[in-house]
Amino acid sequence: MNLHEYQSKALFAEFGIPVPRGRAAATPGEAADAARALGGDRWVVKAQVHAGGRGKAGGVKLANSVEETAALAEAMLGTRLVTRQSGHAGLPVDTVYVEAASSIQRELYMSALVDRARERVIVMASAAGGMDIEEVAASTPEKILTVAIHPAAGVAPWQCRQLGFGLGLEKGQVRELEHIIGKLVTLFHRCDATLVEVNPLIVDGDGHVIALDVKIDIEDSALFRQRRYEDWRDEGQEDPSERDAREHGLNYVSLDGNIACMVNGAGLAMATMDIIKLHGGEPANFLDVGGGATAERVAHAFRIILGNSNVEAILVNIFGGIVRCDLIAEGILTAVKDIGVTVPVVVRLEGTNVRKGRQMLAESGLDVVPSSDLRSAAEKVVGLARGQDS
Amino acid sequence: MSILVGEDTRAICQGMTGSQGSFHTQQCLEYGTRVVAGVTPGRGGEEHLSLPIYDTMKEAVDATGAEVSMVFAPAAFAGDAILEAAAAGVGLVVCITEGVPVLDMVKVKAVLAETGCRLIGPNCPGIITPGACKLGIMPGFIHRPGSVGIISRSGTLTYEAVWQTTNAGLGQSTCIGIGGDPIRGLNFIDCLALFEADPGTQGIILVGEIGGGDEEAAAEFIHDHVSKPVVAYIAGVTAPPGKRMGHAGAIISAGSGTAQAKFDALERAGVTTVRSPAMLGAAIAEALD
Repeated sequence: MNLHEYQSKALFAEFGIPVPRGRAAATPGEAADAARALGGDRWVVKAQVHAGGRGKAGGVKLANSVEETAALAEAMLGTRLVTRQSGHAGLPVDTVYVEAASSIQRELYMSALVDRARERVIVMASAAGGMDIEEVAASTPEKILTVAIHPAAGVAPWQCRQLGFGLGLEKGQVRELEHIIGKLVTLFHRCDATLVEVNPLIVDGDGHVIALDVKIDIEDSALFRQRRYEDWRDEGQEDPSERDAREHGLNYVSLDGNIACMVNGAGLAMATMDIIKLHGGEPANFLDVGGGATAERVAHAFRIILGNSNVEAILVNIFGGIVRCDLIAEGILTAVKDIGVTVPVVVRLEGTNVRKGRQMLAESGLDVVPSSDLRSAAEKVVGLARGQDS
Repeated sequence: MSILVGEDTRAICQGMTGSQGSFHTQQCLEYGTRVVAGVTPGRGGEEHLSLPIYDTMKEAVDATGAEVSMVFAPAAFAGDAILEAAAAGVGLVVCITEGVPVLDMVKVKAVLAETGCRLIGPNCPGIITPGACKLGIMPGFIHRPGSVGIISRSGTLTYEAVWQTTNAGLGQSTCIGIGGDPIRGLNFIDCLALFEADPGTQGIILVGEIGGGDEEAAAEFIHDHVSKPVVAYIAGVTAPPGKRMGHAGAIISAGSGTAQAKFDALERAGVTTVRSPAMLGAAIAEALD
């Protein structure tokens, strides 16, 4: 689950990590109030969306007066910001963050994340701040400094010095960095973060180290013990179908193609998308109905799939292990009848009670094409989707 | 022959009194697995599925001498259950539980490294040696004793591979679902080494998916250390970057972990790859012909 910048910075402040002073605003009036309350004569107005690349997309602007702050907020609020990470449709700007402008001597990069290969939390830092770290990693990997945190020992002072002096910081700044890293790793663990990224981490005009932009992701699997952040969720930033699916215990990701699929199990769901592509079709989605698929879940999955107007055929691929094929068949038939599925549905069932499931489909009199193996199922659904095209 | 579990394996189920634990332990017992006890804190002294329940793993291991544990404890407690099993001295823990927080697994792996205990999972279907021992949630009837070792990060996609090798008349020596999480117990390399050393395994199917670099590491290991034929398939060629595809570990991040990169690494290592998951059975049959 992603947090907004203003939420992330509130957490930073709570954990004692220095950030510029700022306030969130949902209206131009609130933005003006924020500027007045913050004081000074220069402010930055930042669109709050769950995507990087805001600066280049016009989502970060400098204001030289309270009136200008309000005007910039007015121009941003209610629009959709399209960045290189947001997708074509962009993301809605419902909140802006008004911040006292900082003077910048140096821009650095720092992040904490879980390294899969090392099986440790790592802290990465680079002197190339403000840049896309993926580009730095690709072009000059030697410029990225990394330390791995031992789960029992925690972050060690020498690791912070290694990063700080490696970044070319002065002694006093290295001490500030040590403080920041210690707090950041504490925050990472306390919040069950999967990513805490500070880009840029700056040395300001007075020579102090400050987190200028912050991004935090909280692990979905840990939300059961991080309930506070459930209230911080901004549903406006999420794909409505994906949110609907999540609320019904389904895993759904929408794609650009025209052949929908409904599968039990994440690996098989990906494999089903792949085999559609392999046979010349384009998958419209990833959808895992899960191990405990019920007739209701299957019916809801159909509703979500059919919410995508590009869909011209559906492939249902169920390998019944724990799930019984006859229950799935019942779910499919209910959905086709109740929802009025008008596109062809190819169903491949295998596993527990498969004979009964297939028989139910065959005797239903509905337009459901049975298929006994994965390959012919893929061929059939690709052919049917083409038939509708022409 | 087989790896890790066989007909003599005696197992304890942690979380056996829960609905999932109950149902699947019953299925394992019906398959013929020697589940000998359950552990649920606070339920010690009770009986469930005609098996004794203990409060702690230590009591259960002391009383039964079981050498394997299967964990169905809820995600919040699964990491602790794994460590309790390791401390009680079992040699293998199979953790089925989905949704274990990754930072719990960072801790678990660091502690396990100091013990001789192996872990399979979490978020996995478990392990089965057909006809001898099933510890997990896979449907037993699709398996058949035979010569192919199967290692997979997925559940139902593993069943696909199993079913195809059963239909091809080859059967399986042992099948291991290593799980879909980013940090897990046994990895491809560990299982490959075990299958390579197992005289009952003649060929190996490896089913990977997007995310991380474990398939690439496996490719290198196969090139250097595996003499038996390996057939590999990677799921997620069509998965968009930056999106988590169901499994916590199935995500292409910062351009790494793509299916294409994994196929390339495996092919460079001389592994037979198939682009269609429907071809796994035919490919391993041909390799063993």
